[in-house]
This record gives sequence, C-alpha cells and structure tokens, in this order.
Amino acid sequence: MSECPPGEFCGPSVEEFFPEPILFLNTPFEMNRILLIRMLVVVVLAVIFWVATRNLKVVPTKGQVVFETITGFVRNNIIIETLGEKDGRRFMPVLFTIFFLTLGLNITGVIPGLQIASTGLIGQALIMALVAYFTFIYAGMRRHGFRFFKNQTVLPGVPIFIVPVIAILEALSTFIIRPVTLTLRLTMNMVAGHMLLVLCFLATNFFFVTVLVEQGNPLGLLGVGTFAFGIAFTALEIFVAALQAFVFTILTAIYIQLALADEH
Amino acid sequence: MLTAFAVLAVEAEGEESQSLLLPALPDLIWGSIAFALILGLMLWRFVPRINAALAARVDAIEGGIKRADEAQAEANAARDKYLAQLAEVRTEAGRIREEAREDAKQIRAGLVEQAQADAARIVANAQVQIEAERAAALASLRTEVGSLALDLASGVIGESLSDDKKAAGIVDRFLVDLAASEKAQAGR
Repeated sequence: MSECPPGEFCGPSVEEFFPEPILFLNTPFEMNRILLIRMLVVVVLAVIFWVATRNLKVVPTKGQVVFETITGFVRNNIIIETLGEKDGRRFMPVLFTIFFLTLGLNITGVIPGLQIASTGLIGQALIMALVAYFTFIYAGMRRHGFRFFKNQTVLPGVPIFIVPVIAILEALSTFIIRPVTLTLRLTMNMVAGHMLLVLCFLATNFFFVTVLVEQGNPLGLLGVGTFAFGIAFTALEIFVAALQAFVFTILTAIYIQLALADEH
Repeated sequence: MLTAFAVLAVEAEGEESQSLLLPALPDLIWGSIAFALILGLMLWRFVPRINAALAARVDAIEGGIKRADEAQAEANAARDKYLAQLAEVRTEAGRIREEAREDAKQIRAGLVEQAQADAARIVANAQVQIEAERAAALASLRTEVGSLALDLASGVIGESLSDDKKAAGIVDRFLVDLAASEKAQAGR
C-alpha cells in the first residue's frame, strides 16, 4: 500500500495482517499491533468475567441478568444441550474459553481504533482447533480406551467389503479434516470480513478525498454508497463474530459428544 | 476459495515469508498464552462461580417449593386432626346426651314408683286407721247399747207394764235420761 501511486485506488492486501512489530523485537515474543490487541482482549475479558462473577446473587441485578443471559446461552444451549448435564460440566471450562475468547478476539474487528480481529491470524485458530482436537480424543479415549478409534472409523451396518474404504474416509474426516476446517473456517471468515470492511472504507476515503475533493469529480459522491456498505458490513461482521464463536464452540461440543457416544 | 487463499499465501510468502496459512511463532506463542490465561481463569474461578450461582438459585427455588409443600402438608394434617377431634367430640356428646336421657328415664321411673309406693302406703295406713276406729266405735257402741238396753229393761221392769200411760211415761223418762246422760257425757 505504501507503494500506491497517487490518484489511484489501491485495495487492501494480506499485509493488513502483518503490521510491523512493536514490542520484544527479534525474540519469539515479538509483538505487533494485532498481538497487542489480542492480549488487550484477554485482559478485558478477564476483567469483565472477574467483575461479573465476583458477586453473583440468587436474585440477579440488571447487569447480572445480561451476563447470565449470555453465559446461560453458552452453558445451556450449546454445552448442556449437546453434551448433557454431567459431561457438559466436565468440558464447560474449555468450551467457555473457546467461545468467549473467540468472541472477544473476533469482535475487535469492528471496534473503532482496533479494527482488526486477531483470530485472522491463523495461529490462534490453530491453537484452539488443536485444543478441540485433543479434547475430543481425550474424551473418547477416557471413555472407550482404544476402542474409541474403532468406534470412530468402523461404522455399524456397513457391508463388510467396503468397511476399509469407509474406515479410511472416516479417519480422514475425523482426525484430519476436523481440525483443519475448524482452523480455516474461523481464520478465513475473519480475514475476509476484515478485507471487506477495509475495502469499503478505503473506497469511501478514495471517493471522498481523492476523487471529490482533490480531483473535483462529482463521481466521488459514490463514496456515500461505499460508506453505507461499510456500515452494513460492520453490522454483518458483528453477527459473524458471534456466529463463528458459536460455530467453533458447538462443533467442538459435538465432536466431544460423538467421541463419548457408544456407537457412531 | 481455498485455492484462492493458497495462492494469496504463496504470493505473500514469496514477498515477506509471511503467510495467512502458516502461523508465525509469536502468533502461536501469544495465542497459547491468551488461551491458557482465559482457560485458567475459567477453570479456577469463572465457571465454578457461574455454576455455583445457578445451583444456589435452583436450590432457593426448589427449597422454597419444598418448604411450601411442607407447610401445606402440616396444615392438612392439622385440619385432619381437628376434623377427627370434632367427630370424636360429636360422638362423645351424642353418647353423653343418650346417657342423660337414659338416666332421666330411670330417675322418672324411680320417682313414679316411689310416689306409687307412698300412695299405697298412705292408703294402707288410712285403711288400718279406719279399721281401728271402726273397731273402737263398734266396741264402745256395743257397751253403750248394752247398758242402754239394761237401763231400758230395768226401767220397764220397775214400772207396771200393763198400763199404757205408765209404759209411755217410762219410755219418755228413759229418753230424757238418755239425753241427759248424753249431755253429761258431752259436757265431761
């Protein structure tokens, strides 16, 4: 973008996600703007939960009702509805972490001044996908021992001569495709969303500043349209941020549930 | 779409060895730290507190319902006991009334019997007295009639009974003597 010639429009590039490092230069802990935002989210999330859970009452206050509506949705509608009360409680902390960390990291994509989702960096999604992966394998192994792998790959009621083929496909789908799709779905949604927003607002800036003011061309009024699109996509991104957190969490819960189930 | 991103990634890698698909080390490190911190807090404090608060609420609601049920059961038991006592009291009262009626009947019967006995006794006494008086009267009459008869006979014998005038005089004199002696007796 720095090499963008004056008077021309240059769209956003992948470099959006690779800003210059700011802290701990030339160490493995090298931090850029995005990683700073990630850690800021962690602190804010911790503070919100700390304050909200500090004094939960039997008869809730207004703030507590809001907090309980959100946590209750994750707790009951995602976790307990999928895993049941007993297993749901076992995996509640990890699923809560996945949901709220993902939601928090996603939502910075639309917060003015931050405006980038650190889940757009694949590392975060990969780590959470690996956690989900090992969690459901742990759950299955704990319940069924090594029979878990047979449960996951050999389906009952399949003709004997295609069992090996199905087994390979199932193994592929369960142990390779699942973490990959979890990772890519989250990261790419956030990358694409960010690109869309940047495109809209860069275009708005280009139309108003470059075309309308500098070149005096009334075509620059098109910026009104791109700005409107920017607003609309911002609203969409808020929805996507929550949706991706929901999808990641409920898929993890479903994978755990499938691993715990007796038969496939 | 995947291939498009792969191309993007390859292009990016070509320029600055940065990729959308290959995680950078700081990204992985800070991502792990972020996840570990939140997971730790969730495990240690947040999730237990949320569950405890919900459990407390469930307990409060169910406890309230249970207490209300207990109070209801208690009230029912008290009412049943009261009704049972009431029925008992009613039968007791009926029994007492019945007894009283029986007693009254007996007392009345006793009184009637006694009255009849008294009456019989009084009548018997009266008859005895009458009998005695009659006997006494009879006795005195007998003696008096005897003496009168003797007096009369002696008077008749003392005079000449062939003379009608004399006989009439004797009888008159006897009657006068009789009246005089009766008067004298009454004056006595």
